[in-house]
Amino acid sequence: MEHLTKIFGSRERGIVAVDDVSFELPKGEICVLLGPSGCGKTTTMKMINRLIQPTSGTVFIDGEDTSAVDPIRLRRSIGYVIQQIGLFPNKTVAENICVVPDLLGWDRRKARSRAVELLELVGMPPATFMDRYPKELSGGQQQRVGVIRALAADPPVMLMDEPFGAIDPINREIIQDEFLRMQGALKKTIIFVSHDLNEAVKMANRIAIFRNGRLEQFATPAELLARPANDFVANFLGSDRALKRLALVSVAEAMLTDFEIIHEDDPAARAEAALRASGLLALPMVDAEGRPSGMLAQGDVAQTQATAAECSRPVHATVQISADLRNAVALMFAQDMPVLPCVDQEGRLKGILTWRSIVRSLSVRGADS
Amino acid sequence: MMHADAERVTVPQVGSANFASARARLDGIGFLFLLVFLLALLSWAWSSGMLPEILSYREDIIYLFRQHIELVVSAAVLATFTAIPIGAVLSRPAFRGSSELILQIFNLSMTIPTLAILALSMSVLGIGFAPAVFGLWAMTILPIIRNTYTGLRAVSPHLIEAARGMGMTPAQVFWRVELPNALFVIFGGIRIAFSICVGTAPLAFLIGAGGFGELIFTGIALNETPMVLAGAIPTALIAVITDFLIGRVQYHLVPRGINPLR
Repeated sequence: MEHLTKIFGSRERGIVAVDDVSFELPKGEICVLLGPSGCGKTTTMKMINRLIQPTSGTVFIDGEDTSAVDPIRLRRSIGYVIQQIGLFPNKTVAENICVVPDLLGWDRRKARSRAVELLELVGMPPATFMDRYPKELSGGQQQRVGVIRALAADPPVMLMDEPFGAIDPINREIIQDEFLRMQGALKKTIIFVSHDLNEAVKMANRIAIFRNGRLEQFATPAELLARPANDFVANFLGSDRALKRLALVSVAEAMLTDFEIIHEDDPAARAEAALRASGLLALPMVDAEGRPSGMLAQGDVAQTQATAAECSRPVHATVQISADLRNAVALMFAQDMPVLPCVDQEGRLKGILTWRSIVRSLSVRGADS
Repeated sequence: MMHADAERVTVPQVGSANFASARARLDGIGFLFLLVFLLALLSWAWSSGMLPEILSYREDIIYLFRQHIELVVSAAVLATFTAIPIGAVLSRPAFRGSSELILQIFNLSMTIPTLAILALSMSVLGIGFAPAVFGLWAMTILPIIRNTYTGLRAVSPHLIEAARGMGMTPAQVFWRVELPNALFVIFGGIRIAFSICVGTAPLAFLIGAGGFGELIFTGIALNETPMVLAGAIPTALIAVITDFLIGRVQYHLVPRGINPLR
């Protein structure tokens, strides 16, 4: 999808549901339409597959004007997931998944093997689930089937209307992660309606914020959080939006690496020198394998002839460099650690996080984007 | 991807299976009860020496049985095939405003006594098979129309939205989504309608269409209890067996996913 531009006006003298909205979404990205209820985000989405006819304006998919395509054919080429899932209760899981392939006249066996493949993709053993009816699935399983049903005919574009809205928070996280993993491989262009800012920040490559049918801002999550276009957007994002940005930055991006590594058998005096040079309250100490084995705080290493190991304190927590800053900050608060060692998969020390490094990385990102 | 196992559901199936088997048991019990009742009736007829008298109407019973069944089946089948389309049409968005009014008019027609309808249809269509079938048909369509309408309207709009969004044509939405999901309710209507039809059929005799009404009404007129029983017992049997058979058809024809009995 190269161009997604839309301009619409009013219908029947008055209610302007969506007013002159234009944006363009690059192929393979997730765009979240975000806003309070009644802001026109769902209407906008439904105009893409022409469940609602635009009053004026045009939608282009891959450069092709959708109003020139037969709406039935158009819809069959666009995946569609709704909040209420809308699995057909009279059909089995397999039949539900095969709805669009059947409409497209696929060979039965091909459609069925596609269903098997998709069920495996979401970790639902096909042998168990193919012939179940929707009422025999849990909410989370129904939602998974709803999503893979939309994927069945491998459409390049998907529309998702609050697809994870009806699931409990724990399962929602799981399904979101699962979906992001799938998206990593599938690279669909996805329009995703949500009213949940956290979900939007997590899922989106781009966020479009709506109010009263108008597009208030269209930007990447980082840019949006760093530089809201106006008061409405800033309010909608909340005064804690700086905290939400934490979720967008990985530990690896924010950690400090320019400090001296202290080993267990180094003399305390050397540790003290390293601490003084870094200007930090504490530094981690590593063992022979390079794993953090203790923390050295400023008071502890003064005037002593011992080795570093003898005046170290235990390490309460470390954070994976692949984690996001939100997790790291939570650990720093919970463990009262102003200096947090960052480790890789094998547990080797890669860097440290301090409050200042976090603040700096947020401001740098704000300036970049 | 690894979490589907953790939330495998077993409860709803167990629940519905219990419900279904309980329901099946109930059906069975009802059937058994009826058999016992009929046996008691037969033994009473036997002990009072009426059975041979009843059986002396054997040839009449066989002849009238055919006539009765013909009446019931033609009226009920005709009603089913007219009422379902009417109900379906009324459930379309185009009739959203007027459908309730139309149904009220149909309802009103239900308040006209059966006998009056038969008399009216006789005065227009003459006597015999055709006016009787028409009268029975008129009595039978309403429950089917109402249930078809209600069943189709009760199909969740989300299902229809999902179906449209996936690119079904309006006809496909109707045949693949709306109708199957309303089927259970529609069958409920058919079941009621058939029992009304079977129950009303003896009146057809009054306008010259035969059936077991012939034995019943003549028996009453002649004060001949065995004759009345020779007509009444088969009529009751037909009613129960019809209901049982439609119940079976409903059970097997409505997909498991939307059939609360399975």
